[in-house]
Amino acid sequence: MAEQMKKYETPLLDELEKGPWPSFVKEIKTAADWNPMANDLLGLLERSYRDKIGHWKHGGIVGVMGYGGGVIGRYTDLPDEFPNVSHFHTMRVNQPAGWFYTSEALRTLADIWDRHGSGLTNFHGSTGDIIFLGTRTEELEATFSELTQAGFDLGGSGSDIRTPSCCCGMARCEWACYDTMKLTYFLTQHYQDEIHRPALPYKFKIKCSGCPNDCVASIARADFSVIGTWRDEIQIDQEMVREYAKNGVDIVKEVVALCPGRCIDWDGETLKIDDSSCRHCMHCINVLPKALAPGKDRGAVILLGSKAPIVEGAILSSVIVPFVKLDDEDSFNDIVELIDAILEPWVEEGKNRERVGEFIQRVGLGNYLEAIGLDPQPEMIRHPRTNPYVFYENYLEEE
Amino acid sequence: MAEKVTIEEVAEAMYKMVKDTMGMKKWKAMDLQKAAIELFGEDRCDKNLCKEAIKELVNSGRLVYTYFGGSYLEIPHKEGAAND
Ligand code: HEM
Ligand code: HEM
Ligand code: SF4
Ligand code: SF4
Repeated sequence: MAEQMKKYETPLLDELEKGPWPSFVKEIKTAADWNPMANDLLGLLERSYRDKIGHWKHGGIVGVMGYGGGVIGRYTDLPDEFPNVSHFHTMRVNQPAGWFYTSEALRTLADIWDRHGSGLTNFHGSTGDIIFLGTRTEELEATFSELTQAGFDLGGSGSDIRTPSCCCGMARCEWACYDTMKLTYFLTQHYQDEIHRPALPYKFKIKCSGCPNDCVASIARADFSVIGTWRDEIQIDQEMVREYAKNGVDIVKEVVALCPGRCIDWDGETLKIDDSSCRHCMHCINVLPKALAPGKDRGAVILLGSKAPIVEGAILSSVIVPFVKLDDEDSFNDIVELIDAILEPWVEEGKNRERVGEFIQRVGLGNYLEAIGLDPQPEMIRHPRTNPYVFYENYLEEE
Repeated sequence: MAEKVTIEEVAEAMYKMVKDTMGMKKWKAMDLQKAAIELFGEDRCDKNLCKEAIKELVNSGRLVYTYFGGSYLEIPHKEGAAND
């Protein structure tokens, strides 16, 4: 690959290197020094900026033998001018839960991609996967084989269960209310077939956050969101609260006044929380991390149905299970049972490219809950104190 | 109780459906499953058989997964968008 490469002038892209931020242009240029794909990408991108149009086509048929997910096909529409990005397929590689690597693992991944692709990566995509950007069709199998030898596998794409992802949870964060990494690993292993062999009406994403801060944004991006929470009282260290106040934190202005539950009192000495009105928003804990902590009776809330705006508008998840304990294999198996029950009516009746959230809107939450065998509960709402439009049958019968 | 069909029989039937309708109909995994169960009858064919049959067809390379908005199963061919 050491032949003289064409040198592209990139006045428009150069603008994106200015300013204090990291720049992907700088990274592509670094790779372009030795990699012909990265070099032509630079030229093609400059051309797109000049023409104000993306010079890419979608490919639908590329992949590795046996799998229906993990490879996303792309071709340029200017293959004669930019032959080295004639093919520019993306590979999704299943990330380790919580995104922990040894530097050796990172080097192994980077070396594989330097050998077989553009050398450009995205650690990580919004799906959570390691993204390998840009290679040719004939390199896919070789890359896949080196990846599997190094202990990695492709992730999901298309109408399958997508690579489950999670926050770093108990590995780094004291607020984790359950072991997000363990659950994610468990679900990833359990659903290998469903991740690699698309058989759903559309994609289905599982994301696990350890607390309501929801660092993987599961409430907005996952069809199935597992968010850690507690059902007893927020733990308070009064001495530390006073310490914060002494060091200049305005407890009334920054904590009491901003509590959406309006359930905190501060008399300058003691902080009182009426936990029955707490919305578990994490605000007070985030502001006073040394003084406050989630309760001790920890578990998770399960929500269903969010999606980004692609075919239809954005939807946030709605609560379907207000609280579950997630502290052993049995409880993980219950989650699998729930997911299977959720998938069944949607797989049977869902339209092509209809996300489960859209399906529920179409058939109605009440009918859907009946189909999956869950009872409607007051927590199954979008906002506190709104109407979920579920008819409670026994309530009607009593009338 | 009727005797179950074999994975190979289901795979063969599915392959024929895809082949006979090539260019006219795009099959999703679920469509193939529904069609196969209808063809053989619920007592002789079930979801798991269909799943295994699809796996067999894809592992042997007779069918490939494709993606056009949703995921489909097709006979391998060169697609329109592909560059050399
Ligand atoms: C001015 C140019 C570009 C801008 C402003 C830009 C910006 C962005 C932003 C804001 C995201 C979303 C990140 C996230 O939410 O995780 C993103 C994602 C992405 N970008 Fe770029 N990008 C640019 C060029 C490129 C180029 C040249 C490529 C490919 C060579 C690329 C490939 C991607 C991919 C694959 C994703 C991942 C989408 C996902 O995470 O689901 N981008 N980009
Ligand atoms: C106008 C053009 C484009 C639009 C509007 C667009 C939009 C998007 C969106 C919304 C996603 C996120 C999907 C999701 O996570 O649910 C996405 C992901 C992605 N796009 Fe595009 N895209 C465009 C062009 C491209 C191009 C030119 C490439 C490659 C050459 C590309 C490669 C990808 C890849 C690989 C992902 C998945 C990345 C990941 O899993 O994190 N896209 N795109
Ligand atoms: S979601 Fe909560 S538990 Fe997970 S990393 Fe973020 S703050 Fe910590
Ligand atoms: S978690 Fe939120 S709602 Fe609950 S007491 Fe703290 S600020 Fe108020």
